[in-house]
Amino acid sequence: MGAKHFGARVKRLEDPALLSGRGRFVDDLKLPGLLHACFVRSPHAHAMIRGIDSGPAMTLPGVHAVLASDDLPEPMRRMPIPMLTPNPAIATPRTQTALARDEVCYVGQPIAVVIADSRYLAEDAAAAVAVDFDVLAAVGDCRAGIKDDAPRAHSDLASNVVARFPLVYGDVDAAFGNAAHVFEEVLWQHRGGGMALETRAVLASHDPVADMLTVWSGTQTPHLGRGTLADLLDRNLESIRMIAPDVGGGFGPKAIFYPEEAVIPAAALKLGRPVKWIEDRREHFLCATQERDQYWDVAIAVDADGKILGVRGRMLHDSGAYVPWGVIMPYIAAVTVPGPYVVPAYSLETAVVLTNKVPTTPVRGAGRPQAVFAMERLLDRVARELGLDRAEVRRRNFIQPEQMPYPVGLLFRDGKPLIYDSGDYPKGQDEALRLSGYDKFSHRQREALEQGRLIGIGIGNYVEGTGLGPFEGVTVRVLPSGKVAVATGATSQGQGTRTTLSQIVAEQVGCRIDDIVMTVGDTGAIAQGVGAFASRQSVNAGCSAQLAGEAVRKQIIALAARTLGVGESDIELEDGKAVAATGNKPMVAFGELARLAQGIPGVSLPAGQTAGLEHTAYYTPPQAAYCSGTHVAEVEVDHMTGGVKILNYTVAHDSGRVINPLIVDGQVQGGVAHGIGNALLEWMQYDDNAQPLTTTFADYLLPMATDVPTCVIAHVETVNPLNPLGVKGAGEGGTIPAPAAIIAAIEDALSPFDVHFAETPLTPERIVAALRAAGAFERLFAA
Amino acid sequence: MGKQATRISVNGKSHARVVEARLTLADFLRHELGLTGTHLGCEHGVCGTCTVLVDGRTARSCLMFAVQANGSEVTTVEGLVPDGELSVLQQAFIDNHGLQCGFCTPGMLMTLTELLRDNAAPSEQEVREALTGNLCRCTGYAGIVKAALDAAQRLRAGSGA
Repeated sequence: MGAKHFGARVKRLEDPALLSGRGRFVDDLKLPGLLHACFVRSPHAHAMIRGIDSGPAMTLPGVHAVLASDDLPEPMRRMPIPMLTPNPAIATPRTQTALARDEVCYVGQPIAVVIADSRYLAEDAAAAVAVDFDVLAAVGDCRAGIKDDAPRAHSDLASNVVARFPLVYGDVDAAFGNAAHVFEEVLWQHRGGGMALETRAVLASHDPVADMLTVWSGTQTPHLGRGTLADLLDRNLESIRMIAPDVGGGFGPKAIFYPEEAVIPAAALKLGRPVKWIEDRREHFLCATQERDQYWDVAIAVDADGKILGVRGRMLHDSGAYVPWGVIMPYIAAVTVPGPYVVPAYSLETAVVLTNKVPTTPVRGAGRPQAVFAMERLLDRVARELGLDRAEVRRRNFIQPEQMPYPVGLLFRDGKPLIYDSGDYPKGQDEALRLSGYDKFSHRQREALEQGRLIGIGIGNYVEGTGLGPFEGVTVRVLPSGKVAVATGATSQGQGTRTTLSQIVAEQVGCRIDDIVMTVGDTGAIAQGVGAFASRQSVNAGCSAQLAGEAVRKQIIALAARTLGVGESDIELEDGKAVAATGNKPMVAFGELARLAQGIPGVSLPAGQTAGLEHTAYYTPPQAAYCSGTHVAEVEVDHMTGGVKILNYTVAHDSGRVINPLIVDGQVQGGVAHGIGNALLEWMQYDDNAQPLTTTFADYLLPMATDVPTCVIAHVETVNPLNPLGVKGAGEGGTIPAPAAIIAAIEDALSPFDVHFAETPLTPERIVAALRAAGAFERLFAA
Repeated sequence: MGKQATRISVNGKSHARVVEARLTLADFLRHELGLTGTHLGCEHGVCGTCTVLVDGRTARSCLMFAVQANGSEVTTVEGLVPDGELSVLQQAFIDNHGLQCGFCTPGMLMTLTELLRDNAAPSEQEVREALTGNLCRCTGYAGIVKAALDAAQRLRAGSGA
């Protein structure tokens, strides 16, 4: 049987329901007796709680309860929410309790919850809960927070520094001592949000007859969530079922476990009624985790030809008020810097600092956009200073395909040596340059300039560790109806998980794709699970689908051969039937085989036959899968307004073998849009007291349809030799190098004025300010 | 809270309810009528996820009270075509990968339904400008724009235009 599904542009199985209003997002679910929740949150970035008066709120109509910390069950009442990614380097492993007890450390931290008959009444009552605070000094900026005399983000801490870790290989001092040139850059990437269009959402219901607590959550990680909730409620895992139904976008912030996911189930248990909480957008701006605030001070040492001798520097990471995802992002950032280049010596000192802002946890890219920005800005500087073409500088420094597998010299976040499994970086860049018309760009630029238009081009290269373990599982089971049931701990927030896994299973089992009945994101369907983050599901769940499918295929063939009285090698599987290639080609349908595989009560199975046609595989990747790519951005800048228009955007992307090009292209295009937001628009403003100022979509701008061009996308596939599908991740690569490429393009467009940029987002006012500082307007008006 | 008698025709069916004056049209559709295809993304009128047609014109159902729609004809995503069928535009969304998570999709469909009704042959730029009132975080818009242009072409071919 040839490949019918794998690698094909299979249309998504998810689409018809979502297009006709039949999606099932958490807020679409209705249960009898449902109550609604609204949280009372801290208006201060840092304060002690002196008292909570819920009396007036309790007198309002429709109010069932106002719960504060002491009303929660043990151990949830006092127990900090367990950190999912512990690391001995973390000196102060602070995570928050479900409801704040004595101290609040960021604006929006939950203090109490009101449960009422409707969301309207719950909001009325939440406004009537009076909380008495003693306001404390807040840490609004990690650069201030790291100083010894800074206020503390938590009043009992001796220092705001969560962790410091040096990463070093090679002889950095010698590299810099012997270098023909050393260039230094001071860089900053600003925090933004995931901003999924569906806000967070939790619905909990307890069935006292079965003692089963069911929680529907708009989460990327229901199995992790169930485990955490079991710890906080001291319940058996088996008496909690967590379901992520349709989830309206994830992008990272929905991967962690939030206080509301603990409090709503606790309220449902306490009141004996189902309780629902739907986050509003303002809460999302205040309380959903954010990312990217990092300050870099980096230098590159090169020889006279622009070949890299070493990179060194310091980086400061703002972790916000807690570290629910440990120090993963700064660590990933620190090890992503070398990227696709031969960097013989490297040293980076990282410090992670607590501030009184909402915690930072991975947002699409997870530390990598910052690292790529640092490296690519350095290489652009080398090109400029040495008078070399920017593509040529990169070409001179690429790791060559024959050097694969390539050990970088560091440990990656998966705990394994950072060894690139495969990749052809020169080819990727060449392809992106070709498709973008890079070699003719200087001609286009001159022509534009003659018309008074400023256009520029920029390049961003990256290598991304994807497909992180520990595992994901897939169960494949043939049903007596002839359908094939598939269950996985993988989840979907729009990635097309259902379609991709169905392609793999259909290919292996030999059934029609329409006959697959899949359950994703439900702890009731498969024992173990991890969830969506780190562009990991195609590698982890994809390979498990392959392995489980192969095993079931063998079971079907063995049983069909016995049933039809032919040899196993004579059996072919097609469209849900096992067909003998011999004689008059007898066949037996999968449903019939599934019934036979159940056996007869009391009768021993034939030797070699297992129970049912069923297999569960938990693929465990040996290490990360390293995808890579090159982005080329071509932009036009209006020097009077600072407005930037992206004219062309080209991506050459290596995510290994592509299971479904339709879906992978969509991931890349969507990722680029997120990167455009980070580069040009998304500005999460806080004042000096860490009070958030941009809490609507009118203040915090997301890219619109007129901001994002349709990208030219090429797949430069190198097969991953380390997993059975040859795949790598594809969910974040679109975002990672976009700010680097776009900022470089803006700088190139403005090269007549010799202005340089070292931060994102680069908003129009910042561009105009840089032009003004460079004296551009005096020159223009004098001319 | 003051309640008012309201009669709204939704997808061709008339509904009479006594509702609180502050009940939004979106919550009326979702929770009173169970038409949960209309989604809420920001509840402050920017993201466009809750877009419906009120008397044939797009409106933010999060910024309208149900009582303001008294006497009006409202169309939601559920009313685009009869159950179990897909419109040309919906089919074009499937064919061109115009959705990922699907949360913003109903609003996109309503905005584009209005556009294609009023402009049978929109340019790409016109499609993009029509969509500036609808945010999508997943797709980067490429598939949505392509779907709209594809649907316009199919509709023109179908009508013999």
